Amino acid sequence: MKTLYDKLWSDHIVHDYDDDRSLLYIDRHLIHEVTSAQAFEGLRLANRKPWRINTNLAVPDHNVPTKNREVIDDPISKLQLETLDKNCREAGITKFEMFDVRQGIVHVIGPEQGASLPGMTIVCGDSHTSTNGALGALAFGIGTSEVEHVLATQCLVLKKDKNMLINVNGKIGNGISAKDIVLNIIGNIGTAGGTGYAIEFAGNAISSLSMEGRMTVCNMSIEAGSRVGLIAVDETTLSYIENRPYAPKDDEWKQATKYWKQLKSDDGANFDKIIEIDAANIEPQVTWGTSPEMVISVNQKIPDPMDTEDTVKQEGYKNALDYMNLKPGMRFNEIKIDKVFIGSCTNSRIEDLRAAANIIKGKKVSNNIKLAIVVPGSGLIKQQAEKEGLSEIFIESGFEWREPGCSMCLGMNSDQLGSGERCASTSNRNFEGRQGPGGRTHLSSPSMAAAAAIAGHFVDIRDL
Amino acid sequence: MNVFKTFTGIIAPLDRSNVDTDAIIPKEYLKSIKRTGFGENLFDAWRYLEADVTDRGDLNRKPNLDFILNKSPYNKAEILLSRENFGCGSSREHAVWALSDFGFKAVIAPSFGDIFYSNSFKNGFLPIRLNVNEINALFESVQSKRGFKATIDLEKQIVKTQDEKSYSFNIDDSLKIRLLKGLDDIALTLENSKEIINYEKKRSKLTPWLFREI
Repeated sequence: MKTLYDKLWSDHIVHDYDDDRSLLYIDRHLIHEVTSAQAFEGLRLANRKPWRINTNLAVPDHNVPTKNREVIDDPISKLQLETLDKNCREAGITKFEMFDVRQGIVHVIGPEQGASLPGMTIVCGDSHTSTNGALGALAFGIGTSEVEHVLATQCLVLKKDKNMLINVNGKIGNGISAKDIVLNIIGNIGTAGGTGYAIEFAGNAISSLSMEGRMTVCNMSIEAGSRVGLIAVDETTLSYIENRPYAPKDDEWKQATKYWKQLKSDDGANFDKIIEIDAANIEPQVTWGTSPEMVISVNQKIPDPMDTEDTVKQEGYKNALDYMNLKPGMRFNEIKIDKVFIGSCTNSRIEDLRAAANIIKGKKVSNNIKLAIVVPGSGLIKQQAEKEGLSEIFIESGFEWREPGCSMCLGMNSDQLGSGERCASTSNRNFEGRQGPGGRTHLSSPSMAAAAAIAGHFVDIRDL
Repeated sequence: MNVFKTFTGIIAPLDRSNVDTDAIIPKEYLKSIKRTGFGENLFDAWRYLEADVTDRGDLNRKPNLDFILNKSPYNKAEILLSRENFGCGSSREHAVWALSDFGFKAVIAPSFGDIFYSNSFKNGFLPIRLNVNEINALFESVQSKRGFKATIDLEKQIVKTQDEKSYSFNIDDSLKIRLLKGLDDIALTLENSKEIINYEKKRSKLTPWLFREI
């Protein structure tokens, strides 16, 4: 009896060491500009060549401008983008250029292009690589030294994680999305709850999600402490992959689907930890603090640090309230928002944009909102949204419609929060300064962020 | 990679849990394409009163004098002491580079983010896990005496403090050896080249679609 993680792991073992480590083969390596430069430099210094060039796929995403792409003002951003160009050209690695319609956030374009497939091991120098686990692939983020290691050897030396199963069962309420599910999970188990585990998400509330929703859930595994998030392969997975550019075709498709269909945990497989979540109890989630585990339902009051007895936690709560300029007992409808960001590898896929557009259709962004932007996850998503008329809905209501990239999720380009500015954001991290020095982030689903743009503060979308 | 040697250094207390890699090195300062020079921006938002708007090392920025690493002798600290889930969040190895570049050789905490933990060992940097009671005791010692020192002996897996207390820690043998010998991971893996090639041959028959060109 094996778990899905056990199967993916054992299918990729090249060598078992004397201790508990294995040498694991890596099928796909995705590359972006921020964490790869030093790896390529390392290869050059050691006079090494990439092991298998044509399994790497590169794309610029973190630094790219989302407004005017003709000029990159920041010379250092520019250097990083040019360095990726040069490194890929020299090594012969396929790279989607900034002006290519296939360009986008690395974790969005992998599945979109069929470059990420079930049963693969997929790595990238970025912690949100876990997004790809929604396809039933073993996908995880690595540091730059490991990027270099994968380039040089197509393998990684790893110690196997423990198995965790998170079962989400029950009927999901109206207006509740994948983002609410995963934020609720993080609130339940904490940001270190999954440390040392590979998490498999299962249960009818997960299997009823679209691929986009599943990606949102797996994306934030790392915010629950786990490098790996997984969902079993089913018909939803297969129909998502079929006909993608890099997906297998014809006879190979048949052969592949046969292999993929067994990519699920066997009945009775052993998990080191099982967590049950009742989907019916999940309400729209909003973070109030500076860690993703500081999350509550939109109708709950901002918590009081004195209500917890753990002194370290108390201190953490106080720091967070202070940074966020909030007081215990406050309600979200009295906390004004300055900026709204709809995008990121968590929530920039077509379904996310449809959900947000559905909320704002025919309405105007509130006067107190200085900036509301929509940043699609890829050029193809942007194109699709324009075809469906979503871009017009956004523009008419007062949103800016931007070019694809990581954008304000981490603000490496000029899309940032100013000091003290408060943002309703569909991204994944509410850390201090994440969206700009001194910026204050509230994480939520796309519908909730869209509704906040209209009201000027968070509201319960179920009341609309 | 540098060999990790036994050393004695000052412990700087950073009394916070969930110190994420965005806090260790904010994204504004990730733009270098080298592995060096990140120490200047270690804990930037906490260490300085204003962000560096010049983007390339403003030497006139006002330091936050309340922040521990701006207080003597902690500006020369080599061991960092912190709380749960240190190094959580982003996979950026720059976090380890920044800590090393500042002068830190080890960090002691009850738990670490997985990716940070693994990145540390690639850079001759030692993350040490101690239990919460031991961490509490260490914080007490460190806060009661300015410039409190400890000796870290990786070979014996012991943190020995200047008040003669010893804290032993667990670490995987493979990671320990890697630091003690300063081994080159890639060279080690390339010793298995034949097995990698054999694996590729076998898998390209079983799962040929994984071997199509991108």
